[in-house]
Amino acid sequence: MEPFARVQSGAGAAPEGKKRHMAGSASASPRGEDTFPKILLRNAKVFGTRTAFREKDFGIWQSWTWSEVCEEIRAFSIGLKSLGLQAGDKVAIVGANRPRLYWSMVAAQALGAVPVPVYADSVAEEMAYVLGHAEVAFAVVQDQEQVDKLISMAEDVPSLKQIVYDEPRGLRDYEHEHLHDFASVQAEGKALLEKTPSLAGEWEEGFSGGKGADIAVMLYTSGTTGRPKGVMLSFDNLVVSAINGNVFDRLDETEEVLAYLPMAWIGDHVFSLAQAFTAGYCVNCPESMDTIDTDRREIAPTYFFAPPRVFETMLTNIMVRMEDAGKTKRRMFDYFMGVARKVGEKILNGESVSLGDRLLYALGEFCVYGPLKNRMGLTRMKVGYTAGEAIGPEIFRFFRSLGLNLKQLYGQTEASVYITLQPDGEIFGDTVGKPAPDVELKIADNGEVMYRSPGVFVGYFKNDQATAETKTPDGWVHTGDAGIIADNGHLKIIDRAKDVGKLTDGSLFAPKYIENKLKFFPNIKEAVAFGHERDRVGVFINIDLTAVGSWAERNNVNYASYQELAANPDVYRMIEEHVDQVNRDLANEPMMAGAQIRRFLVLHKELDADDGELTRTQKVRRSFIAERYAPLIEALYDGSATKHVRTEVTFEDGRKGAIEATVEIRDMPVHVAGEGFQEAAE
Amino acid sequence: MNAFALDTTTAPSDETVKAERELLLRVDNVSLSFGGVKAITNISFDIQKGEIRAIIGPNGAGKTSMLNVINGFYHPQEGTITWQGQVRRKMKPYEAASQGIARTFQNVALFKGMTTLDNIMSGRSLKMHRNFFWQMLWRGPAEKEEIEHRRKVEDIIDFLEIQAIRKTPVGRLSYGLQKRVELGRALAMEPDLLLLDEPMAGMNLEEKEDMSRFILDVNQEFGTTIALIEHDMGVVMDLSDRVVVLDYGKKIADGPPEEVQANQDVIDAYLGVSH
Repeated sequence: MEPFARVQSGAGAAPEGKKRHMAGSASASPRGEDTFPKILLRNAKVFGTRTAFREKDFGIWQSWTWSEVCEEIRAFSIGLKSLGLQAGDKVAIVGANRPRLYWSMVAAQALGAVPVPVYADSVAEEMAYVLGHAEVAFAVVQDQEQVDKLISMAEDVPSLKQIVYDEPRGLRDYEHEHLHDFASVQAEGKALLEKTPSLAGEWEEGFSGGKGADIAVMLYTSGTTGRPKGVMLSFDNLVVSAINGNVFDRLDETEEVLAYLPMAWIGDHVFSLAQAFTAGYCVNCPESMDTIDTDRREIAPTYFFAPPRVFETMLTNIMVRMEDAGKTKRRMFDYFMGVARKVGEKILNGESVSLGDRLLYALGEFCVYGPLKNRMGLTRMKVGYTAGEAIGPEIFRFFRSLGLNLKQLYGQTEASVYITLQPDGEIFGDTVGKPAPDVELKIADNGEVMYRSPGVFVGYFKNDQATAETKTPDGWVHTGDAGIIADNGHLKIIDRAKDVGKLTDGSLFAPKYIENKLKFFPNIKEAVAFGHERDRVGVFINIDLTAVGSWAERNNVNYASYQELAANPDVYRMIEEHVDQVNRDLANEPMMAGAQIRRFLVLHKELDADDGELTRTQKVRRSFIAERYAPLIEALYDGSATKHVRTEVTFEDGRKGAIEATVEIRDMPVHVAGEGFQEAAE
Repeated sequence: MNAFALDTTTAPSDETVKAERELLLRVDNVSLSFGGVKAITNISFDIQKGEIRAIIGPNGAGKTSMLNVINGFYHPQEGTITWQGQVRRKMKPYEAASQGIARTFQNVALFKGMTTLDNIMSGRSLKMHRNFFWQMLWRGPAEKEEIEHRRKVEDIIDFLEIQAIRKTPVGRLSYGLQKRVELGRALAMEPDLLLLDEPMAGMNLEEKEDMSRFILDVNQEFGTTIALIEHDMGVVMDLSDRVVVLDYGKKIADGPPEEVQANQDVIDAYLGVSH
């Protein structure tokens, strides 16, 4: 018996017969409280004894109630003030998801300062640019690593005056004139409060005059192109969007979420802070980045958000493990997954299903789906969202057939997330849903999606030109994505508007569309398509090391590195089949048939954010890749069968090295629409 | 206004710290032989409280034998060992352990079938005071005691950043992680002196950097005195306060890293000069 291992999943969460609020009853009231510090005070009164934050530390879920959180934030806020933080100052927040870092944001807001969460894993120069551009005066960071990083970039951030760190380890011998322990700042705040109790009132007065139109936070967009831009969001933007989101999915104070996505990302900011505060639900912070799977299983979030990649990884892991499972288990799994494919989604959508199938599905729930969901920590999931990228239809269907209410949404930092959402029961794999509450949507003449909503950002910080380019005077925002509104009112995104190009023969070339089709194969992790203003389409492919590695293991294929596996002839043959399948699919779509893949190669290295090839949110940086791999692109189009390349790489510790390889390029046949069975093209 | 430009991140000057340090262990004229083979000949050196002391030398120089002498596994035929001011009598390794000397091994020596947690917990066994009967009964004092120990162990898990492998059987871990768990088990004893026998052997660069950071942090945060054997000279020179160099069982140099590095005898020993 291990006293510390006791799983506390859901402790303090739903009591028996959890009461269901009427849509929005919890969130309808805070229209009066229009800033997060004010909402914090309300929550401390209304939800005082409910758990607001949990963090797994020392193997146990430590928790704080709303009234405790209120005290923590107040003490820290007053401590910050005594360190000299003033209204209008910017406060950088750097680190992994931790309650104290979330609290810091509200503590800063209470003083009229603006938090600027930053991607903690971004390379030093990226971070230095953001901090310098935002002119941060204070920084609240996680640990020594971040302190070192900030000190090293002091030259570039002359405005930085004080750093507060959460974890004192290794920092004992540092010069502490401008460096402070979070606990000691908080203790200072507490001491001041004890000395002059009237400070509490003054603190509340300080933000009671705050308006919803004030800037709440600045989030730097990951920047697929150019330098990151600081998106200024007001309290109104966030509070209204959050309440709309809560109402739409009937979220209330009983929800549990896991905060594990980068804090600098709008998604996390809205789900783990804005919605949590407005609805009053509980935010759980994992023990470390490596324990997320275990932590999710223990918490079993009721509201879950993840980019497609996370779902892909979950599915891949399940499939890989099933390959290794015993015969009986595997057959049971295959059989019931068949049942789920047939009726699972129908049952979830509330369509009519025969009693026999229902019984079979219930049996499957007991034998397979239930244990699977438990394994993934999704047992209690009420609503789950995926966004950021298109999710593979197979993957999407897999999760939904298990009875998980997984939906897609389309959003942007500039919109305070929500642009379109899939309503319950109206789920289509290829669309991203209907406009979210209060959102107006239109398609511009050039096919670009535009929206107007209460969540529309105030502007880009110190960049009026970019603001003017993105936001029209009457409040419409260019998304930069090309899309169409289908007959059922659902939005379908085709590609980035600027990426949609034309082949020299005039046929439409939507790279993302092709890439996503490729990426839906578990063996393909990443793909980059080229073709704009060229005579045909060529593609770079990254294999998925987990999926292909597992295949290699089962087939006795030896390999020592990604590079070696990628060059394996059998792997090439496998990828060739996938590419051929994509070509068949494309052939059947009149608009896309001209953009079939004519040549492809498997890249000799994995695309990596450390090398600048992906953004921190793992999106490919097309132009950068085009530049970096110019010789390979040339080889795609000059007809050569192999190409020797040398690529510079950055290791995790920042050193640089180079890898060399000879990459093979394959030609692909083109398919004709309706090949074999369908009627001839028009 | 650049508040951080002038920040220095170094510890208070080494000189002042050294002067205050007291002796933790002294080895006087120790010789050890196995039959006719002289493993260690007339070696004397000391370890001060709070320092990182490196023992280096070519293969077969007697480094591991020296560690084995210190933790009571070998008994020198000649010479004395003074531990915290008292001349030590002949003792068993577990007695040395209960006096506050912990070690890790050149080849990982963990319980492969047990989890990380249990392995580190085993390092606390000397600190458990309830007898077998109480532990079997598992009520009251025994339970309370285990909770206390578990808290300490969780501290160490947090410190070494191995939360993710808490429940993983050690045999399934990579070599680098196993080494880290072994360090964790040694730390669980809350030793006064920690002996590390080649803590970085067979590690890649990243693992080495991590391990170096942990060793420095153990020394700094817990104030643990560390004696380590290591072949990676870069690591030794960066980490240690003082270095003692052995060759063919004899001491050929002793002093701060820079001094040792410049010593001609040391250079000869490493480059190989005929004896």
